[in-house]
Amino acid sequence: MRLAGIDIGSRTIELVVLKGREVIESRETDSGFDPIMQAKELLEGVAYDRIMATGYGRHIFELYSDAATVTEIKAYAVGARALFPLVRTIMDIGGQDSKAIAVNGAGKVTKFEMNDRCAAGTGKFLEIMASTLGYPLDQFGGEALKAATDIQISSMCTVFAESEVTSLVAKGVDRRDIAMAVHRCVVKRSVAMLKRVSMEEPILFAGGVARNPCMCRLLEQALERDVLVPENPQMVGALGAAILAGDI
Amino acid sequence: MNERWKRMWEGLGMDLEAHDALLEVLRKGYRDIYLAQKNRPEGMGYFDFVMSEVHGLRIKELLDEKEAGRKVIGAFCLFVPEEIVRAADATLVGLCAGADFATEEVEKLLPRNTCSLIKPAFGFKLGKVCPYIESADMVVGENTCDGKKKSYEILNDLVPNMYVMDIPQMKSAEGRALLKAEYLRFKEAVEKLTGTTIDAPRLKKGIEVVNKKRKAIHRLSGLRKADPAPISGLDALLANQVYFYDDPVRFTDSINKICDELEARIDKGEGAMPKGTPRILISGYPMAVPNWKLPWIIETAGAVVVGEESCVGERGTRNLVDESGSTLDELIEAIVDRYFKIDCAIFTPNRDRLDHILEMFEAYQADGVIHYCLQFCQPYLIESMVIEKALETKNIPVLRIETDYTSEDVGQLRTRLEAFFELIK
Repeated sequence: MRLAGIDIGSRTIELVVLKGREVIESRETDSGFDPIMQAKELLEGVAYDRIMATGYGRHIFELYSDAATVTEIKAYAVGARALFPLVRTIMDIGGQDSKAIAVNGAGKVTKFEMNDRCAAGTGKFLEIMASTLGYPLDQFGGEALKAATDIQISSMCTVFAESEVTSLVAKGVDRRDIAMAVHRCVVKRSVAMLKRVSMEEPILFAGGVARNPCMCRLLEQALERDVLVPENPQMVGALGAAILAGDI
Repeated sequence: MNERWKRMWEGLGMDLEAHDALLEVLRKGYRDIYLAQKNRPEGMGYFDFVMSEVHGLRIKELLDEKEAGRKVIGAFCLFVPEEIVRAADATLVGLCAGADFATEEVEKLLPRNTCSLIKPAFGFKLGKVCPYIESADMVVGENTCDGKKKSYEILNDLVPNMYVMDIPQMKSAEGRALLKAEYLRFKEAVEKLTGTTIDAPRLKKGIEVVNKKRKAIHRLSGLRKADPAPISGLDALLANQVYFYDDPVRFTDSINKICDELEARIDKGEGAMPKGTPRILISGYPMAVPNWKLPWIIETAGAVVVGEESCVGERGTRNLVDESGSTLDELIEAIVDRYFKIDCAIFTPNRDRLDHILEMFEAYQADGVIHYCLQFCQPYLIESMVIEKALETKNIPVLRIETDYTSEDVGQLRTRLEAFFELIK
């Protein structure tokens, strides 16, 4: 049986199709302004028997297809465990949300926290800061790692941080130093969330933001622990959804 | 109902255009949230009617009572003893509002980070859209939290007949003595307002009427312990909300009728939602009409609310007043005894509240607790952290929600709630 999982996030959509335990299809695209259309295009030509949707767009998708739905919290927990069977804590930072998730030895979610309505501490925050500093998003983390001087950004709010960054640029501060400070901001917030939920190892860092090398390094430093990062951290939710499609 | 009551509202000095807009929002919200529910008890038809006439027929009734020489007293808190009001043949109505209104005007008078029970109270007054406050012969504020206490100083300039009651903050002998002194002072103020001397027989009758209303609500709550829950949390919340507006005798009858129906449902094993639906106890901040946001998300995300540890809920209706006294002092003492047990977060320490949450969790066969708070409510927000820890040590699943009246966080709340239900299944 072919099981599909689709994770319709605020910035990107990921699709995973499993045959048994083997991933036979793995695709991703931007959510754009019409995520349902994008999801349909992503699914074109893909054969599957059952599909499970997750991500913030799961309920809209449910209206357009006969997909079952699961929250991204459970999907990430299940996906993470499939990749790393011993995992106990997951930090997932996506485009719009960040979540800290604790799972027990049986893989069941025991506690979680999720950011409130604002973009602070999410991928969106990094994206806006990258654009303010003139970096393409995929180079932002690498450039930040080249920082030479430690500077601080005090604001967690995307709007205020943007003006803080702008004023630092105007003062002539090296933009790599500013980039590093921006990353520290997000990590500080994530660590606070993890501390409220769980610090039990192994800790997995997932979601699109885990592709950012600076975030991974800073998170390990701040936690003083090793952090696992899957090869395709943005696919973990779709993988979890595909596995859960087997339970429908 | 708008055309029928236009002249009445005009007579109360209300802003008809703004009020029409408010009623339209209320009507739509009620349709989408309440009328969209399945398996509702037939008896809820009464509450549908009450809600459709909440600013119409009910106001007409109050104005008719006023015409006949009776008084209307508005209050913001369940520490204001309805027994004393009834004893003087007056009517007590709740003035709390569960929706933002005229926020820009309010923020000229109050800081932005003032809680969502206080701001709408001002908004409804400034926007001239609340027929209850416009009908009230006396508006009773109470020194519970700092936000309310200080706001009443400002509300005093907007409301000509403001009365402020002091409330103790500790459950000590001194605290109890203060509450008694304040209830006696309130009795005098009510006597002065109504021109009626409250004697023992009158007070006893007031106690009986209010006790009957509470007993009916206790009966309703008791039936929610069944699995499947015979009534949705939304419908039960509405009953608890209407408690603050309706004529107490008629309300008591209507609740008892619904209870008869629910008993029959339970006998047949029928429920508002299927057996095995995750059962949620809501604990925390009161939900005033039309604040149905959280139970609506909960009950459209696959769970059912079986109890409210809240002022609009069991904190407000728990315990009866002992009716056995015969002298005025004995009856006042009995009233003080009953109200002094209220476990509001303004008290320090407030351990009773945690015990009540644990008791309710067991009694209602709940699977999890959702601690609900509106932004900027310091007392309940601070308690929420303590309660979360205490419940976690007992392995009771708990989720803390802090929100407001807007709908901008509904998507995120839905995700958090669904994940919580996945966790407790």
